Amino acid sequence: MTNTAEQLAGRASRTTEGLALEHVSLTLGDGDSTVTALDDVDLTVPRGELLAVVGPSGSGKSSLLAVAGALIAPTSGAVHLDGVDVLALKGGRQAALRRERIGFVFQSGNLLPALTAMDQLRFALHVAGVRGTPGRDPRDLLEQVGMGHKAGRRPHELSGGERQRVGIARALVTTPGLLLVDEPTAALDRARSHEVVELLAAETHEHGVATVMVTHDHDVLEHCDRVVEMEDGRLSA
Amino acid sequence: MFLAWRELWFARARFGLMGGVVALIAVLVVMLSGLSSGLVNDGVSGLKKLPVSAFAFGEDTAIDSAFSRSTVDRDQLAQWADQDGVAEAALFGNQLVNGEGPHDEPVDLALFGVEAGSFVAPSAEDVIEGTALSGENGIVVSETVTDLGLGLGDTVTIDRLGTELTVVGILDGQHTFGHVDVAYVPMGTWQEIHAGIPEGAEARPEIYDGATAIALASASGEDIDRAAGDAAAATTTVSLEESFDGSPGYAAETLTLELIQVFLYAISALVVGAFFMVWTIQRKHEIAVARAMGASTGYLVRDALGQAAVVLVVSTVAGMGVGVGFGALLSSSPMPFALEAAPLAAAAVLLIGLGLVGAAASVGRIARVDPLTALGGQR
Ligand SMILES: Nc1ncnc2c1ncn2[C@@H]1O[C@H](COP(=O)(O)OP(=O)(O)OP(=O)(O)O)[C@@H](O)[C@H]1O
Ligand SMILES: [Mg+2]
Repeated sequence: MTNTAEQLAGRASRTTEGLALEHVSLTLGDGDSTVTALDDVDLTVPRGELLAVVGPSGSGKSSLLAVAGALIAPTSGAVHLDGVDVLALKGGRQAALRRERIGFVFQSGNLLPALTAMDQLRFALHVAGVRGTPGRDPRDLLEQVGMGHKAGRRPHELSGGERQRVGIARALVTTPGLLLVDEPTAALDRARSHEVVELLAAETHEHGVATVMVTHDHDVLEHCDRVVEMEDGRLSA
Repeated sequence: MFLAWRELWFARARFGLMGGVVALIAVLVVMLSGLSSGLVNDGVSGLKKLPVSAFAFGEDTAIDSAFSRSTVDRDQLAQWADQDGVAEAALFGNQLVNGEGPHDEPVDLALFGVEAGSFVAPSAEDVIEGTALSGENGIVVSETVTDLGLGLGDTVTIDRLGTELTVVGILDGQHTFGHVDVAYVPMGTWQEIHAGIPEGAEARPEIYDGATAIALASASGEDIDRAAGDAAAATTTVSLEESFDGSPGYAAETLTLELIQVFLYAISALVVGAFFMVWTIQRKHEIAVARAMGASTGYLVRDALGQAAVVLVVSTVAGMGVGVGFGALLSSSPMPFALEAAPLAAAAVLLIGLGLVGAAASVGRIARVDPLTALGGQR
């Protein structure tokens, strides 16, 4: 009966809420100079888990986020988000999936320079909210990430850590099921790094988000639920 | 437009600069449009107000000198009057003359020779003062001669010939030809002046047979068969609009002004296109971030075009307002300048429309921004 148990487990992994990558490979470049950025990657991240991805430069960490976030289609394999087959969706539906179900936190925040901290969040809601997606109250959320008192400031008036916190709030305001975070602490000092990752961990647990965080910073791994390592496009626990 | 409005405010200096360029172009366009309309009025308003659909000039007349060189006679008139589709046909004489007013001041007139009672002669409804054509040497003149100080009852003496023409009627509005005021004069007198017969001298009878052209009016709903009429009467027929090119300087003036305006529209579209090209390239990373956040290409393109439309409408309206203000000052000067609503509205539509085309050509790049570039490195 182990057979059926395995089958059940397999099906369960596909239908559970969260992110599931199966046998995902990604080849980049064209002609002679192709690079295998992802090599047969299997990964599941349930809701409520903060997963850290570490590894040397060029090992494929950003590629992993790009595939998980429907920014690039893998060469082979399957991607499921909350049971939805992401690769079966057309381009326009993938964009809709991104604005409704996925939050990105980029390196150094990547805020839009014309918008105040408050408007960064309202923009995310505006982009996503055409169909009345329930979002979180942007003022409360800014308050929770400790930026309530600087809601009216634009990115150039904020420090790196503050920008990163606004970036996290922006990614969370649309209540995504999947949060993808690329090197959030690259531009921050040690104390700020801890604050930011603690914030990510708290939000992940409290709101049941499946979070994948790429980092070079081994200091912050203590806040993560699980750590996987990438090397030449392969994952190892 | 969530992002567009905030970007407009955030980068107001840059948008203001580009809007300023568009506004200045709009000022120029208004001035040129006013000058164009003014020159057109000065050149051909006398012709435009004729109830004429075509002119038959003498055979093989070149249009640019038709009004000064062509001659036709009464046989040709008779031929034309018999043509199908011709409701009215009448002799029409045209002659630019120099003369002196009652106070020895120089007065230039474009004499329109017409036969009293013919369809081209001014009727009583056309005059605002005095009467329609009456007497041998009575003239009915454009309202604009009052600028020269001439009035009802004043006499103009034609240089060299000594012919004295007396103003018996003043027409409603501007009637000018080749920048000179029009004076309707009875055909017989026109023929004598045209033939250069001095006042009181005996004229050979054949001079009373000819005029410059045959004015034609088509029967309503019918077209004049120009080829058939030309063959029968040995004439060269052009439409009223085509005959405008026979007004001295008209073709060159309008072509020059049109060319300048075409260049201005092209420059404006290119400036706007170039601005939005640079602007879009500058924002490439932000666009990538917005796309990664799930904003669709359509959303971002609408946003950018809306932004362009706001800048274009505001700057065009502001520039045209300033231009119309300037124009009002010029209108009271002797410069040929006339602001007309239709060409101004067309200019506004062209400026805004072509600007949007320029912007659209540039913001098309948004579609090619790869959201992938939002990930990873700092740029
Ligand atoms: N557009 C591309 N075309 C070709 N090869 C690419 C492209 N983008 C990335 N690569 C290659 O794919 C591999 C994985 O890149 P990736 O950006 O995922 O690495 P990374 O682990 O995020 O590195 P880092 O820690 O430096 O950000 C690298 O060898 C890289 O050179
Ligand atoms: Mg990377």
